[in-house]
Amino acid sequence: MGASQSARTEHEFQDLADRTGFSLEQIGNLNKRFRQLSKNEETLSRQDLASISALDNNPLRAQIINAFFDKRNLRQNEAGTVQVIGFEEFLMVMSHFRPAAMHITEEEREKLRREKLRFLFNMHDTDSDGTITLEEYRRAVEELLSKAGTIGQETAKAIADAAMLEVASTTRGKMEPDEFYEGITFENFLQILKTFDIETRMHVRFLNMDTATMRCGK
Amino acid sequence: MPAFSCAFPGYRRDLLVIVFVVFVGIGLHVEASAPAYPSHGTEGSHLTNITNTKKTFPVLAVNYQHVRKPFEIALWILLALLMKLGFHLIPRLSGVVPESCLLIVVGLLVGGLIKVIGEEPPVLDSQLFFLCLLPPIILDAGYFLPIRPFTENVGTILVFAVIGTLWNAFFMGGLLYALCQIESVGLSGVDLLACLLFGSIVSAVDPVAVLAVFEEIHINELVHILVFGESLLNDAVTVVLYNLFDEFSKVGTVTILDVFLGVVCFFVVSLGGILVGAIYGFLAAFTSRFTSHTRVIEPLFVFLYSYMAYLSSEMFHLSGIMALIACGVVMRPYVEANISHKSYTTTKYFLKMWSSVSETLIFIFLGVSTVAGPHAWNWTFVITTVILCLVSRVLGVIGLTFIINKFRIVKLTKKDQFIVAYGGLRGAIAFSLGYLLSNSHKMRNLFLTAIITVIFFTVFVQGMTIRPLVELLAVKKKKESKPSINEEIHTEFLDHLLTGVEGVCGHYGHYHWKEKLNRFNKTYVKRWLIAGENFKEPELIAFYRKMELKQAIMMVESGQLPSALPSTVSMQNIQPRVIPRVSKKQEEEIRRILRSNLQNNKQKMRSRSYSRHTLFDADEEDNVSEVRLRKTKMEMERRVSVMERRMSHYLTVPANRESPRPGVRRVRFESDNQVFSADSVPTVHFEQPSPPSTPDAVSLEEEVPKRPSLKADIEGPRGNASDNHQEELDYQRLARCLSDPGPNKDKEEDNPFMSC
Repeated sequence: MGASQSARTEHEFQDLADRTGFSLEQIGNLNKRFRQLSKNEETLSRQDLASISALDNNPLRAQIINAFFDKRNLRQNEAGTVQVIGFEEFLMVMSHFRPAAMHITEEEREKLRREKLRFLFNMHDTDSDGTITLEEYRRAVEELLSKAGTIGQETAKAIADAAMLEVASTTRGKMEPDEFYEGITFENFLQILKTFDIETRMHVRFLNMDTATMRCGK
Repeated sequence: MPAFSCAFPGYRRDLLVIVFVVFVGIGLHVEASAPAYPSHGTEGSHLTNITNTKKTFPVLAVNYQHVRKPFEIALWILLALLMKLGFHLIPRLSGVVPESCLLIVVGLLVGGLIKVIGEEPPVLDSQLFFLCLLPPIILDAGYFLPIRPFTENVGTILVFAVIGTLWNAFFMGGLLYALCQIESVGLSGVDLLACLLFGSIVSAVDPVAVLAVFEEIHINELVHILVFGESLLNDAVTVVLYNLFDEFSKVGTVTILDVFLGVVCFFVVSLGGILVGAIYGFLAAFTSRFTSHTRVIEPLFVFLYSYMAYLSSEMFHLSGIMALIACGVVMRPYVEANISHKSYTTTKYFLKMWSSVSETLIFIFLGVSTVAGPHAWNWTFVITTVILCLVSRVLGVIGLTFIINKFRIVKLTKKDQFIVAYGGLRGAIAFSLGYLLSNSHKMRNLFLTAIITVIFFTVFVQGMTIRPLVELLAVKKKKESKPSINEEIHTEFLDHLLTGVEGVCGHYGHYHWKEKLNRFNKTYVKRWLIAGENFKEPELIAFYRKMELKQAIMMVESGQLPSALPSTVSMQNIQPRVIPRVSKKQEEEIRRILRSNLQNNKQKMRSRSYSRHTLFDADEEDNVSEVRLRKTKMEMERRVSVMERRMSHYLTVPANRESPRPGVRRVRFESDNQVFSADSVPTVHFEQPSPPSTPDAVSLEEEVPKRPSLKADIEGPRGNASDNHQEELDYQRLARCLSDPGPNKDKEEDNPFMSC
């Protein structure tokens, strides 16, 4: 049984590698981590992710966990969340954090940028309506500054307002006083973050070597 | 001199003036340097009757010796700055030739001039260079070092700095020794250690030259920080190698123990330098915590502590440059949180000013020293040195990049490698180190000549051609973008996101350690080093406040809100409308009233005046200081956007009342004093409107409390309570004026606040 199972997993891994772009070793390591988090189950639930101690001090904890269960990040073009995810979905979310390859064409780079920015956009757009409204943006900034105490809360609103104003000014230019700017669409989001080199910044090092000894505990 | 100004147009005239001044200056200096007796008067006093006869009282006398040293120094600096001025008046030239080249040429000319006159031109004294001219440049570089790209690439930078320099030194030294062995060159007396010493002097990339050239080509951040960081960090290697070979060449033999000690020395020098710098940095940060009452001397603390760090580490033969960098980097975040905005600006400008002067002087002196210095020319040696420099640099960069790219996520492309290799300029540090060589080295003059040739080659040839090459190869340039709050938000957002994902992945990565450092910094270090409550303030908020402050200042200066695009988007466009809005005309009226209030204040500023409000009471200017008005203006402008928002909330105008007669407006306003809004609302009191005279309005302005965040020392948003109070006052004032059925309705139409 052992041999056939490992053969099966090898085949699966190869399949996954082709689809997500990870190398076989990286998939192996991530699989180990997946097993560790899910306590050897086939699927991962929110509870499992919530119990990671490394996330305790992170102001974006809730959003990160939600991102793993967001259908939009799982290449399913529908809104909503799932309750549990399998290893493949885990990999799909992780693949957003792969670095850009060294030699890629302009359009591949553009595609990569869109993918990563889409991930960020989905994290902000909590009601999945395709726009980030002022309320959603305010909430995002408040979460970001949530560990900063009372000072953070009071200015978070001002910062979010200023940011929104900036987006509106850059994307819409002239607006009549009685027009209303609905919210940041994905295209606007792309536009304001045009000079933000996200393809080089948004990556995590998926080491090829065995990281089991370096795990930062549960 | 009208004839003069007609005959020579524009910049040429200025140039001639400058050259004229230069000549006069040099001439004066040379003439007056002959010893002058104090009694050398222009009035007739006979030199022959000296001792006992009463001399006529010298009304006018020349005593040059008295002021000689400061005079000469000031003259040189003035010359340097006039040259710098002159270059920028010739746009074509400064576009093609980098400033450093022009300055060296000027130095050559001045040196030649001095030699022609018969004087001994001054050589770049090493002590002067290392103790006075170099520190400002390094401090400027270190204090404003962009931390994020530096720390992201620190591994690569260290590899280039340490291993690259070692490779250069040994490769060059070795091959030159091999060259000297060849009989036909005629340099058989040069031993290996001397060659290695020479190699170590010439191999180091020079920060001054790199800064001077890279400043003008605006290359992308990655390459810039790589070359620049390398030039800064290789100082430790250079110091160790230089001292090592200097010692050894005196002794003559090398043992394994010496080599081992050399390696240990390297670690001591670099880490020791960093430690010394960090200590002084913390001292400076700690001192700045208490300077809230003596703001004027704040910049001095920054400069003096850094200079002390440099001198202290030079005292122990540690790396002064690394100490200076470490000091600047360590103290910056804490000092900036503590010092006032004015002090920050002062620090910035003084550093830029000093480093600019230093750089100019260094290049001019390089030129002068070239003319002055003793030379020994040997074609083969010099040419080989230049070629070897290039070759070893290119090989080194390619080889190291090959290894480094295995560990980097963002790989270095061929273009990047080329610029890194080509940008390895040598400069004045190499010259000064060569000059420091004692005369016991028989090859000293030859070495000096070769060093100067290499410097000239790299600065002139490489410096001039790097710009067209960058264009030709279409290397990525620096992004010229204003700081955008969206980018700042997302930078911080990404940091936390990536830390979280690393946590999910389960390994201690880059971001994990960064997060740990940040937390340590916040809980322990900031508490001690930052005054007041500021230490809790996260980066994003600090950034936002800085932006606000900058905008406010720009507003005061230009009289309007700054915006990159002509945009009429304001807060109300984004605010979700919860109440049916006022009709357009009424909104316009309200907006007009608010703006005309602002314009009243604008009159007192040097900005454009609107024709409606040309009349203004002169008495008022006496009563109110401009500063207070400026502040009020800023606050009022700020209030405009808030008030517009609130206006749309407060005025719940039923849809059928469309006619906007002024009288009707006011009545409606009165009746609608029940304000409806979701937010907490200041209560409105409608007092019996006494005809408000101008002093009243003025006194109301005096009541306006200073908004804390707009003051120089930012104290945190305790302003919220006073914000509300502020709005309340404004609101009252507006209400009072609007509700006043003034005697002359027509007059009020034009100028609603004339009588307010």
